[in-house]
Amino acid sequence: MTIEMTDIVKTYGMNSVEVQALRRVSLSVAKNEYVAIMGPSGSGKSTLMNIIGCLDPPTSGSYSLEGEDVSTMKEDQLAEVRNQKIGFVFQTFNLIARSNVFHNVELPLIYKGVSVAKRRKIAEEALEAVGLADRMKHKPPELSGGERQRVAIARALVNKPSLLLADEPTGNLDSTTGSEIMSLLDDLHADGNTIILVTHEPEMARHAHRIIRLKDGVIESDTASSARAKRTA
Amino acid sequence: MIWIEAFKMAMGAIRAHKLRSCLTLVGIIAGVASIIAVMTGISVIQSTMEQEMSVLGSTTFQVQKWPAGGFNNNADFRKIQQRKPITVANANAVRERVKTADLVGAEIWRFGSTAKFKDESTNSNLWICGGTREYPPNNTHYVEFGKNITDEDVRVGRKVVVIGYQIAETLFPFIDPIGQVIRADGRKFTVVGVFEEKKSAMGGNFDNYLLMPVSTFLRIYGMRDERRGGERSVNMTVNAISPELVDAAIEETRAVLRLERGVGPREEDDFTIFTNDSQIRSFNQATEGVKIGAFVIGIVALVVAGIGIMNIMLVSVTERTKEIGIRKAIGAKRRDILLQFLLEAIVLCNVGGVIGVAVGFGLGNIITLFTDFAVSVPMNWAVIGVTFCTIVGLTFGLWPAVKASKLAPIDALSYE
Ligand SMILES: Nc1ncnc2c1ncn2[C@@H]1O[C@H](COP(=O)(O)OP(=O)(O)OP(=O)(O)O)[C@@H](O)[C@H]1O
Ligand SMILES: [Mg+2]
Repeated sequence: MTIEMTDIVKTYGMNSVEVQALRRVSLSVAKNEYVAIMGPSGSGKSTLMNIIGCLDPPTSGSYSLEGEDVSTMKEDQLAEVRNQKIGFVFQTFNLIARSNVFHNVELPLIYKGVSVAKRRKIAEEALEAVGLADRMKHKPPELSGGERQRVAIARALVNKPSLLLADEPTGNLDSTTGSEIMSLLDDLHADGNTIILVTHEPEMARHAHRIIRLKDGVIESDTASSARAKRTA
Repeated sequence: MIWIEAFKMAMGAIRAHKLRSCLTLVGIIAGVASIIAVMTGISVIQSTMEQEMSVLGSTTFQVQKWPAGGFNNNADFRKIQQRKPITVANANAVRERVKTADLVGAEIWRFGSTAKFKDESTNSNLWICGGTREYPPNNTHYVEFGKNITDEDVRVGRKVVVIGYQIAETLFPFIDPIGQVIRADGRKFTVVGVFEEKKSAMGGNFDNYLLMPVSTFLRIYGMRDERRGGERSVNMTVNAISPELVDAAIEETRAVLRLERGVGPREEDDFTIFTNDSQIRSFNQATEGVKIGAFVIGIVALVVAGIGIMNIMLVSVTERTKEIGIRKAIGAKRRDILLQFLLEAIVLCNVGGVIGVAVGFGLGNIITLFTDFAVSVPMNWAVIGVTFCTIVGLTFGLWPAVKASKLAPIDALSYE
């Protein structure tokens, strides 16, 4: 199993008003699965994604990623896990605006300690894969939203993560650009990547094989996506 | 993460905020420049002073009534004023009895003479030195044309002079001065020699004096100082036979003089002996206070600038919270973030430091534009200045950098 979560609880605002964003969520995701997480606003989707991505520690519960217990890890160990096992794609792209596209993409490799020559090769390949090889010297503000999101995807992929997490990756894009990004994710899934996607739109969720619905911090349903089965048939 | 990457990131961040970085740098530049400027200025003066004060040969020392430096207080001044003048007889005694010395000169100086030759005349600002044949070697100012005064000249009291280079140029623009008769203060003297040219950066009088036998001088001007009152005192120059014998010669001279001048066994010397080294030392002592002052001012300026750096780094950390979140999300460890921000502060300080050093060198050498002082670039102070900047950057950049490194990834990432 890539992900094994048991009884994950996340509580915000410890002293004053407590918000239980997640209440005893248990979840397993296997290698090369394509999972969509859906649910109304405030249901805890992002909270769950951040815990899966080791950005935020759970209040309680256990979580192992590729057989490694990450719920007890220290911050620097978690940084290493994020660097080498997880690729993030955010709704707001989260690129460093004053660095050019190439530097944004090579950054995870810098933190991993990869040599300059290797970095150049890997980052160029990743940009090639998302069709932006010719925009390397541009800065993020000079790119369109779709292009920025493709840079973010290239960045997420350079360390060959075991898990690609995308929290509403098309949320800031128009529908045409959105579907381009979705077909890019489809390709990545076909290449063997494990993908977890948060989305509001059923249209997007249909790309996944499995749909998990959250409501008020608990899993309401966890089903195989029939739509996709139909479409691929 | 590798240092080079952190350094590049730091440079990128500084370049992204040019105006802000420049304003922050002003403080650092001022601090470093003030230290470097003063140190450079002093070293400019110092190296020139050392040259100028090294008129005595390396094996030569002087004996005078008055000490080389100033006085600490009026009581000291009065005590020294009470001293008996040093006489030609004293010098003769030293010449006869000090076996470790080979050249003993006696000089008396008087200012304000005028020299004339036919229609040419100097200003009335000449020095006259009544001396002996030992004067040129002991003061390392040699006769270039003609000859020196002789023992015979001194014994007989001949009216002969060796004239300074500038006097020769003024009075004899077209003809050979040797053998000509000039008038000094109205009295006739035969020019026997001309001193070599010896320019002085400190406005000294090396080319503007004439040397006559001390006996001639005393016959004309007498032992009584008509301007300041009191007796004229002889300035004695003593040259030891060899460098190893300088100390022995000083001791012998002291003993002879004490006996000659009737100084009791428990009384202190009623004359002052000094060498080039002791003069240079006393100059260096005088500049020590200025140096310490400049250093303190510079340090205070650097600390103030350091607080400015800390402020700007705190602002920078807050502004870039999101960036820190992004970096952490993709795998930056605490020390990666710490290093990045710390290097940013240090690089910023050192950019200021390097500019400050350059400005300081420039300011410190301004004096050389108007004088003959030699340009000085004290590199050791450049190193000290840059080292201090690094320390300031490290000290005041540490807290903001630690703060940045400790941000929780998710909080930083969701910061708006
Ligand atoms: N840092 C926080 N401090 C306090 N409460 C928080 C924090 N982050 C999230 N919450 C709360 O936790 C709950 C779940 O939030 P979360 O962001 O996971 O929802 P979501 O499903 O992603 O919603 P959306 O679809 O609007 O993005 C919400 O009630 C939110 O107010
Ligand atoms: Mg959300």
